[in-house]
Amino acid sequence: MDDMRGRVLIVDDDTALAEMLGIVLRSEGYEPFLCSDGDSALAAFHEHKPDLVLLDLMLPGIDGIDVCRQIRAESGVPIVMLTAKTDTIDVVVGLESGADDYVVKPFKPKELVARIRARLRRTEEPTQEMLEIGDLVIDVAGHSVKRDGHPIQLTPLEFDLLVALARKPWQVFTREVLLEHVWGYRHAADTRLVNVHVQRLRSKVERDPESPDVVVTVRGVGYKAGPA
Amino acid sequence: MVRRPWRRAIAQWRRSIQLRVVTATTVLSMLVIVVLGTLLLNRVQAGLLDAKVQAALAEAATGSSTAQDAFDSADRTDPSVYETVLRDLVDRLASAGGPAGANDVALLRGPQTTSADAPLGASSFELRPATVPDRLRRSVQTTGDQVWTYGAISRASGGEVPVVTIGSPVVIPTVSGPYELYFVFPLDKEQETLNLVRRTLALAALGLVLLVGGIAWLVTRQVVTPVRMAARIAERLAAGGLEERMRVRGEDDLARLAASFNRMATSLQRQIRQLEDLSRVQRRFVSDVSHELRTPLTTVRMAADVLHEARQHFDPSVQRSAEILQTQLDRFESLLADLLEISRYDAGAALLEVEPTDLRRIAERVIEAAEPLAERRGSRVELLAPDGPYLAAVDSRRIERVLRNLVVNAIEHGEGQPIDVRLAADDKAVAIAVRDRGVGLRPGEGALVFNRFWRADPARARTTGGSGLGLSIALEDVHLHGGWLQAWGEPSNGSQFRVTLPRSQGVELERSPIPLEPLDYSRAVPVAVGQPYRRTVRTDAADD
Repeated sequence: MDDMRGRVLIVDDDTALAEMLGIVLRSEGYEPFLCSDGDSALAAFHEHKPDLVLLDLMLPGIDGIDVCRQIRAESGVPIVMLTAKTDTIDVVVGLESGADDYVVKPFKPKELVARIRARLRRTEEPTQEMLEIGDLVIDVAGHSVKRDGHPIQLTPLEFDLLVALARKPWQVFTREVLLEHVWGYRHAADTRLVNVHVQRLRSKVERDPESPDVVVTVRGVGYKAGPA
Repeated sequence: MVRRPWRRAIAQWRRSIQLRVVTATTVLSMLVIVVLGTLLLNRVQAGLLDAKVQAALAEAATGSSTAQDAFDSADRTDPSVYETVLRDLVDRLASAGGPAGANDVALLRGPQTTSADAPLGASSFELRPATVPDRLRRSVQTTGDQVWTYGAISRASGGEVPVVTIGSPVVIPTVSGPYELYFVFPLDKEQETLNLVRRTLALAALGLVLLVGGIAWLVTRQVVTPVRMAARIAERLAAGGLEERMRVRGEDDLARLAASFNRMATSLQRQIRQLEDLSRVQRRFVSDVSHELRTPLTTVRMAADVLHEARQHFDPSVQRSAEILQTQLDRFESLLADLLEISRYDAGAALLEVEPTDLRRIAERVIEAAEPLAERRGSRVELLAPDGPYLAAVDSRRIERVLRNLVVNAIEHGEGQPIDVRLAADDKAVAIAVRDRGVGLRPGEGALVFNRFWRADPARARTTGGSGLGLSIALEDVHLHGGWLQAWGEPSNGSQFRVTLPRSQGVELERSPIPLEPLDYSRAVPVAVGQPYRRTVRTDAADD
């Protein structure tokens, strides 16, 4: 085990919970930093340069959604939301504002650690691999996506999702399979994760997100890569 | 083929008050008018004919005495003179014309008058002996008095003319046997008058009936139109258009109806608004409680976990305490989650996100996840899904939860016996039945199982950590899809829970592709003694 597996910024107004999160994460080998309100979250983000952000959705001052947008505006760092609400609207708003994954309170510490680990685990050792999907060229090792030579900015999660689809363009991926490949869920989880991230990915890579030809929906089954 | 318009007419009759009122009014007024018209016509006819007959009788009597005088004063020595007198008389009487109008005359020889010198009878133009009815002749012969009757003669120009025929006997001196003198008065003038009256009356009656029908139509329309408007508005109100109101015009009863209708609508609207506000507050409360309770619970949970992880360093009693803390936190957590879920349903805040899904995949996932529990209980869960895919537009998260609940319940109450999860579909619905062969359900329990916090046996230990809300939530979940969740069970024969879901949302379920009673049941236990208990809890979206 390395001395530190990663730096985690915890943005939560509940100090007891934040402290407990710190204890658990530290015992798992992460280096936690605490921040207790939305106003100072971005400053804390700049200061600590975390590898992952744990973000409570309900915060005093600027709320979690806005913090998420602010961070996402300048960085692709994985963001895991902590939410007490499972209503679709809350979850989807959180995901649409840029979060990669979410954990519903009350969660088991192991579950949270598994989510963090999955987000921090970088996809294997870089292999020299070039993929094509639609009119996009993906350089897996260089972690870049280009259309006609112009780079497209994707978060690591969006990149993983695109690569997973592009590696097997002949295969239709169910949402459950994508959850396992990209998010690392071994048991079925919330397929809304997939839906929202596919939408986000499309808004970046499709010429016309309304009629996608890079990430194609297969009704009743899931998604597949569009023809190269 | 002929029936359809019939039915439409009958349906129209039943639906429309206006049609019924107008028809009834028209028919009744028609009856009254016909009766009155007939009476009136009879009176007119009687009056007209009476006058005519009286005049005719007087004229005939005069004519008769003239004839008798002529014969009496004739030269009796020459029988042949009678012949001439007779002809003269007929001509004179026929052309005389009195107040009773023109007439024809016939002087006929009686049947008993046979002597050779008796003159033959004579008649004026057109009147032949045959046109005098035999009955009249006989009665003239027998009574020897003036007798009259109505009759009809046919004209040479065609057509019959009603007539009154008056007969009286005439005696010609020296000739043995009587003669009969007949006057025929045509009634065509009277007939014409009567016809005119009849036509006028019929026209008036028709006009009157139409008028009455029209008036009835107009009057009922005045009443029915606002009633129909009220019905239309009420329907719109029922469909959620709470802003709909009736137009109030004037101050009459209908205006009052409209005004009270509007007051009712306003009061309904206010109450619905209040309920909506309450529901909003409730939803807000649920959401806040959810956040407020969950955050400290998470902290406690993590603290307990840290303690639990480190329990081997503690002495046995603290170690056990850490374990109990852990398991009870699990229970508390699932109870809280279920409570929040069900209060979300109560607040009407549950949203359905449907997507075409193969239910077989959901069933496979659920069975796989339940495998460890099934192994512990010694049950084998078998998926019976011969065909497929079993596509339906469902919220897979909810249906998975329903199915997980049913499968876990079946394993927990299945007493180690095999459990079947059966799938079937038809063109409208997909059904999943979970069959266990455990303790089953006692009579009456088929409905109770869906009650909140219901336990089959209160005395039984709560070995399983269920919250007691699982089936209630499952019912709500299925409900939300417009589906059915039903239970069948019999003591010691196990139970079967069946979920029936419409293939696409908005489709009304009519039947389930799987019978509620398990397929293997009737084969294994012939229904010989008593009837198996069957209780159906029908749930559909319409009854909430």
